[in-house]
Amino acid sequence: MTDITTEKARIGAPSAQPFINGFTEEGESLSPLNAAESKSPLAGEAVKRHSHGGGVGVPDSSRAGRLTSYKLADFKPLTGMEEDWRFTPLKRLRGLHADVLNGAAPSVAVTGPDSVRVETVGRDDARIGSAAIPEDRVSANAWENFTEATVITVPAEVQAEGEVSVVLTGQGTGASAQHVVIVAEKFSKAVVVLDHQGTAVVSENIEILVEDGAQLTVISLQEWNDDAVHASSQQAKLGRDAKFKHIVVSLGGDLVRVTPSTRFTAPGAEAEMFGLYFADAGQHLEQRLFVDHAVANCKSNVLYKGALQGRNAHTVWVGDVLIRKEAEGTDTYEANRNLVLTDGARADSVPNLEIETGLIAGAGHASATGRFDDEHLFYLMARGIPEKVARRLVVRGFLNEIIQQIKVPAIEERLTAAVERELAATEN
Amino acid sequence: MSTLEIKDLHVSIDTEQGTKEILKGVSLTIKTGQTHAIMGPNGSGKSTLASTIAGHPRYNVTSGTITLDGEDVLAMSVDERARAGLFLAMQYPVEVPGVSMTNFLRTAKTAIDGEAPKLRTWTKDVKAAMAQLRIDADFTQRNVNEGFSGGEKKRVEILQLELFKPKFAILDETDSGLDVDALKVVSEGVNRAHAEGNMGTLLITHYTRILRYIKPEFVHVFVDGKVVEEGGPELADRLEEEGYDRYLPGAGAATIAAADAAAQA
Repeated sequence: MTDITTEKARIGAPSAQPFINGFTEEGESLSPLNAAESKSPLAGEAVKRHSHGGGVGVPDSSRAGRLTSYKLADFKPLTGMEEDWRFTPLKRLRGLHADVLNGAAPSVAVTGPDSVRVETVGRDDARIGSAAIPEDRVSANAWENFTEATVITVPAEVQAEGEVSVVLTGQGTGASAQHVVIVAEKFSKAVVVLDHQGTAVVSENIEILVEDGAQLTVISLQEWNDDAVHASSQQAKLGRDAKFKHIVVSLGGDLVRVTPSTRFTAPGAEAEMFGLYFADAGQHLEQRLFVDHAVANCKSNVLYKGALQGRNAHTVWVGDVLIRKEAEGTDTYEANRNLVLTDGARADSVPNLEIETGLIAGAGHASATGRFDDEHLFYLMARGIPEKVARRLVVRGFLNEIIQQIKVPAIEERLTAAVERELAATEN
Repeated sequence: MSTLEIKDLHVSIDTEQGTKEILKGVSLTIKTGQTHAIMGPNGSGKSTLASTIAGHPRYNVTSGTITLDGEDVLAMSVDERARAGLFLAMQYPVEVPGVSMTNFLRTAKTAIDGEAPKLRTWTKDVKAAMAQLRIDADFTQRNVNEGFSGGEKKRVEILQLELFKPKFAILDETDSGLDVDALKVVSEGVNRAHAEGNMGTLLITHYTRILRYIKPEFVHVFVDGKVVEEGGPELADRLEEEGYDRYLPGAGAATIAAADAAAQA
């Protein structure tokens, strides 16, 4: 065995151990709160279950049964034991789940083609609530506390030239609430970029309405400062023959929890949901998505890819896809891939697929979390490429599959550079 | 003029059943301009020899040496070996998702030469080499080996051989799984690289048919981790007619011992 160790060390495998460190599926300290109550059923035996649907004692064994409400009071205070929160370190939410969110919300600056309408409206605007309803306490807390909302409208049949850039700049560490509504009216076409920067503690609701025949791409970039805490519910409602592409990129922030959902309300619509995350030491990056096939003949495709490096880098991906009884002819696939670059990082990945009808075109899910592959490394090094360069080449390649989906050159370049910076950090 | 020298090489692997010795004392010397064929039945250790020279971590060298012009190859990391001039055309080239061929070829060439190739001539060289190997131009946009057929993967290995210009090329069953046309194309590639005069070739194969296109001066027969017989091209002809049966257990150890002795002498 010692020979193997030295040989492995020579080609630069991160570790000679045959198993991935810290990657037992077993219940460890999933969140500090859970750890403190490790005798409870959810932190102990229950979390060891391969969780399809809710855990023990959680009411929504089907995603369809989850509580939704505009009222904060309808949601019980969080304990960290809920299926929905079991991976999230609540102590690091900085009050987003418990406090009144009256801090200054991130400033909103929208630039883009003149054909796109941008308004700032009060809580009573009719469009608020047209596409979303909170599905958890943190989202409901934001709904209860936001004072004004930004509404971005792509008028019917308008093909917006160039992207609509929405820069949300954090205003400090006071717990705050944000609300944005994006409406792509019938047969319109647009790309909207939500660009989160600076320092913020914010719970955000993004409502996305994609009307009949519209084509909308929404890209949510989380390049926060290291101390930011961000919970973002991004709910999309799709009309007939709508095409929706959603891309989440989480790189910065102490804790980022994005919960995107797509609901099909009429046949013929298509959704693509992509995600890229790169967690460094101590970062918690969580993504929980939901695709609700409630009607017939819709298509969805989900791919999230993550890289992790450093001690206590933690990523969570939970993908719920529900094919309801009515949703005949559904075609869906979801996949999550994680690449663990160093010891001490942890990636949780839970694909959940619920199928209530057999009359579908296709349904699949996949999840793989692996170390940097030694055979890839060997192949590249056998061509003279030094280990560091080979590693970069592979990680860049791994994540590039998502970046190239963005198709906004300036942002692709920016993210490629950001990934390079993350990789440079590994080498120190 | 370079020399790759393998002396009394013993190699083992770790299996669930414990350590297993695969190479049991292999000695071989290859010089620039020479072509050596290593032939043998399945499981005789041919591919182990190839992978060990390249430095695959699975194989543990327990004794013996490999030197390249006197330099200790075993002390080098995998990438150092490649930069020193060793090239392994792999039997099963792996797919590297997300890394385009263009990027890969340029990165490897830069690493091997110690400087980036001149962009204009490089692109031209790649195009020309691809055309000769009948590889579609759009392969450069595709990811390394991803979705390539068995034959395409082998052509791309030889493409690298031609572009990287190693001192020694080790071809690990490059012929297996190729149809006759592909075999010809691949062999021509190897012969072109060889004709430049700065390369020695170690051709590892199970079958004799590739020897119709690539002519070795030396043939070594491998059985059970050892060279049991050595000779010139005529040995390959004999293998074509007789197969490996006479080397296998029960075929008369005396014959082999005699052949062995003859080869040593």
